[in-house]
Amino acid sequence: MSHCADLDPALLLSRVVAELDVHSGEVAPNHAVPGQSSLRVGREDLVRVAAWLRDDSALRLDFCSNVTGVDWPERTTKVKVRREVEGAIKEVEESRQVPGCLEVVYHLYSMTLKHGPVVLRVRTGNRADDVAVPSLTPVWRSCELQEREVYDLYGVHFQGHPDLRRLLMWDGFRDHPMRKDYLGPDDFEYEPTAHDEVLERAREHGRGAQRTGGAS
Amino acid sequence: MSFRIPPGSSLSTAAHSGYELSAGEEGASLLEVSMGPQHPSTHGVFRMDVVLDGETVVRLKPVFGYLHRNHEKLAESTSYLGSMPYTDRLDYFCSLTNNWAYALAVERLAGLQVPERAEYLRVITAELTRLQNHTCLAGFLMQDMGASGTPLMYGFREREKILDLFEALTGARMMCNYMRFGGCRCDAPPGWLDEVRGVIDRYPRFLDEFEALLSGNEILMARTQGVGVLSRELAINAGITGPMLRASGVDYDIRKVDAYGIYPRFEFRVPLGKHGDTYDRYMMRILEMRESLQVLRQALEQIPEGPIVDPKAKLRGFRPKPGEVYGRIEGPKGELGFYLISDGGSNPYRYRVRPPSLINLTVLEDLCLGHNVADTVTILGSVDIVLGEVDR
Repeated sequence: MSHCADLDPALLLSRVVAELDVHSGEVAPNHAVPGQSSLRVGREDLVRVAAWLRDDSALRLDFCSNVTGVDWPERTTKVKVRREVEGAIKEVEESRQVPGCLEVVYHLYSMTLKHGPVVLRVRTGNRADDVAVPSLTPVWRSCELQEREVYDLYGVHFQGHPDLRRLLMWDGFRDHPMRKDYLGPDDFEYEPTAHDEVLERAREHGRGAQRTGGAS
Repeated sequence: MSFRIPPGSSLSTAAHSGYELSAGEEGASLLEVSMGPQHPSTHGVFRMDVVLDGETVVRLKPVFGYLHRNHEKLAESTSYLGSMPYTDRLDYFCSLTNNWAYALAVERLAGLQVPERAEYLRVITAELTRLQNHTCLAGFLMQDMGASGTPLMYGFREREKILDLFEALTGARMMCNYMRFGGCRCDAPPGWLDEVRGVIDRYPRFLDEFEALLSGNEILMARTQGVGVLSRELAINAGITGPMLRASGVDYDIRKVDAYGIYPRFEFRVPLGKHGDTYDRYMMRILEMRESLQVLRQALEQIPEGPIVDPKAKLRGFRPKPGEVYGRIEGPKGELGFYLISDGGSNPYRYRVRPPSLINLTVLEDLCLGHNVADTVTILGSVDIVLGEVDR
């Protein structure tokens, strides 16, 4: 995998600030695979940054390979803070509430310059009612089906998507099964029982066979 | 099977760029046909909602999900190794390349090294997989065009020889479950490499015969040349990968670009198409098979003795450190990628498959518009999909 220096997220971030006047970006470090650290931008700047990544002559990230969602539920973390306890300053543990969100991850490559990946991320406001992000389908057609999948399985609403429908689940389905707190249905007997009749006839048949002593 | 569009049906209200049907006349001239999900030409349970003006396709909407079982959720609720056999079921024609893509992603995440011999075994099995996939695809494509049975059976006859090799190596014909993180599950049995050599030595004869019978065939050419043309620009923008991309003339083969595994050691060429039509997509497969044979010959010459698994790789208690990775390989159908997020636990926090079959269908409507309904069947056949991977 070719890692050219142009693709370093920190460098990309400084260029985004300088050339596009976008200040919502930050670098999300990746400790396991440092070459795949990502650039996270705010929702309002996503389309501009994406189009710039595609068109910039040094980057030419014309191929959006992978689009996917990640669910980050609300969680509590323990942080150490220094606070005055009984007259002395001590280090104590405090639990903090981290708000949840849904995240969309894009993996970008360049077919022209044959480099990559650049990982682009964007987050929704929360997991309940502020779940819209702009669609990148107008920038890369390859997002079309994949964004539909993220919408289907995670419930992210892609604004500006030409045909935002469920992809894998059926239209009447209500929930988003890839979310971490999704619970499957607890009764699997909702199916209209077309085969009850058949079972009943089979039971009748068995009873008949016993009565007459015939072979079952 | 077919009915007239009632005003306000789901299709006529579906918001999509371009093809708005006017409410007044649509009932009179257009016909909505639901092709599939149980249709021999759809290669599985896949449905196309086609709107026809006479025999001409004016709109086509693929409908997915008939084989959906939420593979990703299942993989997130089991251990890393636990979903290795389940990757076999994605693209069930090419279980070994699925294994490889997943193993590659996990190895990058956990920083494992693969021993030489295992790398060679991986290349050999992956190229054999590519061979049998392309052979069958060519056969299926002929079947779709009405060459009923014979070319497909020729293809299946050859595929069976390769599946016998898989069975000798892994114990299973199709669900091979062969690769492990940091290597392979078992070494080749005695004499297996010679058997592979025998099969690939005889393969060109089959390819020559297949080509002599079919590549210049008048019906094949009439049905495929100039049909379903995919432009270079659209192919790139829509994320098309694999032979379908290269048929449109884009030189992008991940074996060359990423140089993963030991592919830089082999000399092989990347065939490119000129027109991007169905015929080019067919020819890409034939030409790629010949290049795969080249790779196989070199790999069989070079393969060393040695261990087949990284001794640092742990089978039990395997917990990669927190982080994320995207790993991809050149599968027979296109770029097969796995995206994993580790939170330090024994299960992946996020497990995502980038399915080439699904993403290559993005442009299905663009390819089919303006063609006859019979051509949608050949165009779909030339995309090369497996529904196990499309729906996951």
